[in-house]
Amino acid sequence: MATPGGTNRASHSLDKSITLPPDEIFRNLENAKRFAIDIGGSLTKLAYYSTVQHKVAKVRSFDHTAKAGEADGEPLYEISVQEEITARLHFIKFENTYIETCLDFIKDHLVNTETKVIKATGGGAYKFKDLIEKKLKLKVDKEDEMSCLIKGCNFVLKNIPHEAFVYAKHADSGFRFQNTRPDIFPYLLVNIGSGVSIVKVESEDKFERIGGSSIGGGTFWGLGALLTKTKRFDELLQLASKGQHTNVDMLVKDIYGGAYGSLGLTGDLIASSFGKSATADKEFSQEDMAKSLLHMISNDIGQLACLYARLHNLNRVYFGGFFIRGHPVTMHTITYSINFFTKGEVQALFLRHEGYLGAIGAFLKGAEEDNPNQYSWGENYAGSSGLMSVSPDLNPMQRARSGTFDMLEMDRLERQLVNLPLLQDPSSYIPDTVDLTEDALAREYWLYCFEEALDGVVKRAVASQKDQPEAAERAEKFRQKYRHKLQTLRHQPFAYGSLTVRSLLDTREHCLNEFNFPDPYSKIKQRENDMALKYYQKVVRSLEELSWEQRQFALVRGILAGNVFDWGAKAVSDVLESDPEFGFEQAKQQLQERPWLVDAYNQWVERLKGPPHKCALFFVDNSGMDIILGVFPFVRELLLRGTEVVLASNSGPALNDVTNSELQIVTERIAPRKVIDLSLYLFLLPSLTFNLFPSSRLDKVLATVVRERGTDLVIIEGMGRAIHTNYYAMLSCESLKLAVIKNSWLAERLGGKIFSVVFKYEVPSKAQGLH
Amino acid sequence: MELNGYHCAGEGCAEAEDEDTAGPELLRPAGGEPPCSSAAAGSGEKAMADGPAHRERRISNSTPARQRLDSLKKSRPPFPWFGMDIGGTLVKLVYFEPKDITAEEEQEEVESLKSIRHYLTSHTAYGKTGIRDVHLELPDLILWGRKGSLHFIRFPTQELPAFLQMGRDKHFSSLHTTLCATGGGAYKFEADFRTMADLQLLKLDELDCLIKGVLYIDSVVARGPPECYYYENPTHPENCQQKAYNLENPYPLLLVNIGSGVSILAVYSKDNYKRVTGTSLGGGTFLGLCCLLTGCSTFEEALEMASRGESTRVDKLVRDIYGGDYERFGLPGWAVASSFGNMMCKEKRDSVSKEDLARATLVTITNNIGSITRMCALNENIERVVFVGNFLRVNTLSMKLLAYALDYWSKGQLKALFLRHEGYFGAVGALLELLNSS
Repeated sequence: MATPGGTNRASHSLDKSITLPPDEIFRNLENAKRFAIDIGGSLTKLAYYSTVQHKVAKVRSFDHTAKAGEADGEPLYEISVQEEITARLHFIKFENTYIETCLDFIKDHLVNTETKVIKATGGGAYKFKDLIEKKLKLKVDKEDEMSCLIKGCNFVLKNIPHEAFVYAKHADSGFRFQNTRPDIFPYLLVNIGSGVSIVKVESEDKFERIGGSSIGGGTFWGLGALLTKTKRFDELLQLASKGQHTNVDMLVKDIYGGAYGSLGLTGDLIASSFGKSATADKEFSQEDMAKSLLHMISNDIGQLACLYARLHNLNRVYFGGFFIRGHPVTMHTITYSINFFTKGEVQALFLRHEGYLGAIGAFLKGAEEDNPNQYSWGENYAGSSGLMSVSPDLNPMQRARSGTFDMLEMDRLERQLVNLPLLQDPSSYIPDTVDLTEDALAREYWLYCFEEALDGVVKRAVASQKDQPEAAERAEKFRQKYRHKLQTLRHQPFAYGSLTVRSLLDTREHCLNEFNFPDPYSKIKQRENDMALKYYQKVVRSLEELSWEQRQFALVRGILAGNVFDWGAKAVSDVLESDPEFGFEQAKQQLQERPWLVDAYNQWVERLKGPPHKCALFFVDNSGMDIILGVFPFVRELLLRGTEVVLASNSGPALNDVTNSELQIVTERIAPRKVIDLSLYLFLLPSLTFNLFPSSRLDKVLATVVRERGTDLVIIEGMGRAIHTNYYAMLSCESLKLAVIKNSWLAERLGGKIFSVVFKYEVPSKAQGLH
Repeated sequence: MELNGYHCAGEGCAEAEDEDTAGPELLRPAGGEPPCSSAAAGSGEKAMADGPAHRERRISNSTPARQRLDSLKKSRPPFPWFGMDIGGTLVKLVYFEPKDITAEEEQEEVESLKSIRHYLTSHTAYGKTGIRDVHLELPDLILWGRKGSLHFIRFPTQELPAFLQMGRDKHFSSLHTTLCATGGGAYKFEADFRTMADLQLLKLDELDCLIKGVLYIDSVVARGPPECYYYENPTHPENCQQKAYNLENPYPLLLVNIGSGVSILAVYSKDNYKRVTGTSLGGGTFLGLCCLLTGCSTFEEALEMASRGESTRVDKLVRDIYGGDYERFGLPGWAVASSFGNMMCKEKRDSVSKEDLARATLVTITNNIGSITRMCALNENIERVVFVGNFLRVNTLSMKLLAYALDYWSKGQLKALFLRHEGYFGAVGALLELLNSS
């Protein structure tokens, strides 16, 4: 691994000279509890649970009942910033040499904790038992390695999107991330430590070691150290990556002169590993021998894994253990071997947080009374290091000491997240339309966009907290952190799974929260909501004067025009900032004339002439004009038709998207003035905790309501929800996806111009409808 | 290499004639069309199906048998009768020496033929590296109506040029015999045979030949040590004994051929088999690694070292990690957790001997073959496993290990079988094709 000196030296020469930056490593130790530690051959992984206090923006409705009517200029609601405490899991990985320094650091910063024991696993747990007990005054409680590993594996597979990936050496990024599946079982875990364990996992609590092999990482390391002058694991791998195995191995063509055609064995296939070294009179290069050894071991493990997968009829095989851990060389050779032996039927899967599995599992075992498995958890992009942050292969020579710490932080989500029940095939649902990990051009563009927009975000963040003098300083820290993340992603787009516009937004949101800017847009949203409310009656009245046909078109145009108001889109925020009078009517002028870029309006109107929908689920987008002047009149029309409506909005702030609590106030304000009691039919539900709307991460309550009300129409509005994500999502009921493309680059990609309109109306085919 | 061993006393006698006294009716020049190469495997299959060879020992004097013998005489190939298997490391050669040569035949026998016969049968070693495995010789064998001895000879593949040189010197090509050859070398060196020794090869598929050879040898060995055997009580070293095994109804059968590399075949009948898989960790890996780790240069040396070594000093055992058995997973403390795992640590690297390293290499390779074999047996649902190939030659250690591993990990379900002529079946299978060559 990354240890200078390997296992044997680690225990003798602990490095005490390192100084740890307290803000960056072992964060939130003050409230830490429930420690767990996994000490491997060279790396230590520490886990703890902590709480984080951070600011949240709250909105509270003013009491308007006391006044007759409302005074102009009086805001609808007030905004306050409150402190909130949330749960966070911390996982830190560092080299064993630093263990004593780290334990000292923890002891010094652990102010008060009722924790008495530390769960421990891994081969080194025994060796460091006394040291841990002495330093931390915690009793070491050993847990079985394999069950910790499996528990950890289940946890990351369930909670972290894009946890698993396929490694393709010659692809653009090398990583092809797998979407989270609703069912993670059964699977095969091949753990390649010094030996190999092959474990079949059937459910949360049921797993079985079905086999293994003694030829593993220890064989590579041990034999490699005997055959070459290199004694360290990662250096042996580097040696191997420079070698030519064909000088040492006997290939099929060395025996046949070419391929063994009748068996389909190509000439380049290894017939006998080390077959050419069966001689006393030849010298072989260290690189070549290391490479041959690597091939021999990887092929052997791959073959056994395939044989076990076939015997147990499993096609999902995850590989882990120190042999794999972040090493492109071993991932490549294992992938190659699996492809060869299964002819592509089985894919070798790797895990982003593979190194943490044991620590996560041990932690979960100690935290059972907190029921961590009952909650959904989300990877915090601000606090986590990302894949390969300390990979010796990427940056072998320049690893600074502070770079030897790798972190994973996970936030407890307030709600359990589930799939939208209306997805046609949840297991094949891919939320994001463009994978920036694969699409280099798009990646370039969006990274540039987010970097360009950063100044504006910083400015607004400061403006949102005018009363706080140190806001500027915090905002600067935010700028640095997010810019650093963007730079990391430029070089390692795979750091946090598939890079998408959504993940870029999420990362920004996480970084803003990190520096206590819970809602930079709160004031703007407030102002726009107030402004839009003034026009609501007028808009509704003018709609009522129209004929039915005209009204339907005006309603759709209203949503589209409302959607032009978007601070998330650079082209619009420029206009909004320079010309605050930019009005609703002007927005309509900007819209593309029909036929739109995607235009299914005629089919939609035809449908409206038929019977009303039973229940419509509407995922709404922005505050202000969008929700009030665009969405509400449309919803009103649906309600008048006898269709129930469920409005789904973000539970937390993201750009100028309307949040659930804001929407509640706005709805209450509009509803009493209506002839129809909107609240009778209107459900307001938070759709998700994070940005945008992946249909795989929805509030469980929302999913229940959707099912119970017999939802037969889903409306998705806005670029983020209908274009960046869900554009290709197939639903089991009718769906309407509508958005204005407020980004010329994206518009061009889709074959249109800026302010092009997408109006996609889809009806599932009969066969699928019958399901 | 030393060439002198390949030279014979009768060197220089070049009066080659287009004649073979073995059977005048068979006399025919063989210089015409070379036997087709790619169809060789196919024609081989047919030979197997017709294969009169199996029952020859039981030939009586009944009329139909006599007729068969007559027709056999007509199709019988001219002497000499060779079968060759050119592997990655070793060339295996089987030679049928007719012992029923009449005085008349003897007189008419061309010099070159005679010299080859005398050379091969009067030596047990050829040059420095060619060896006749005398203990494997099958005497009193009746093949295609002739009585004689089957000899088993091997030499390193890298000595093949010397062999060809000898063939040239002995005017082998003048005998106009077909040389049936299998193994990868039959393809790789075909041109060398032609240019260096003026010999045409009949190239045969090695797996076809292997299976034919196994079935043939098992059917003709009736006396002496049993061809097929197993180890009784493999998990109790003190009671572990070789026992004869009757391979009369062998199907289905897993045939594991451990040469330089390993091929694993599932055999369902004499002409129905498939290659299940293979591994590159085979005999070549054992020797290759041993040479690098210990500086030895021959298989015998490596084995000898291994027999004196102790692998537990090199390997990390389950008990080295868990202090005893890993009960949760039913892993016994003595099981190897990590082959060469102790060698990650400098102190232990410094304390092991070359013998220990050789032993660990042997144990690692053998156990791995056992493990892959067991998985194949489970996947193919086959309980009988026959191990062949030259890796097992004088390698009781590996055979007992395989027997142990298969028995232990399958809880007695799988049986490891071994054959005395372990490495020669491909060559025998090639020899049997001679009848179909003309």
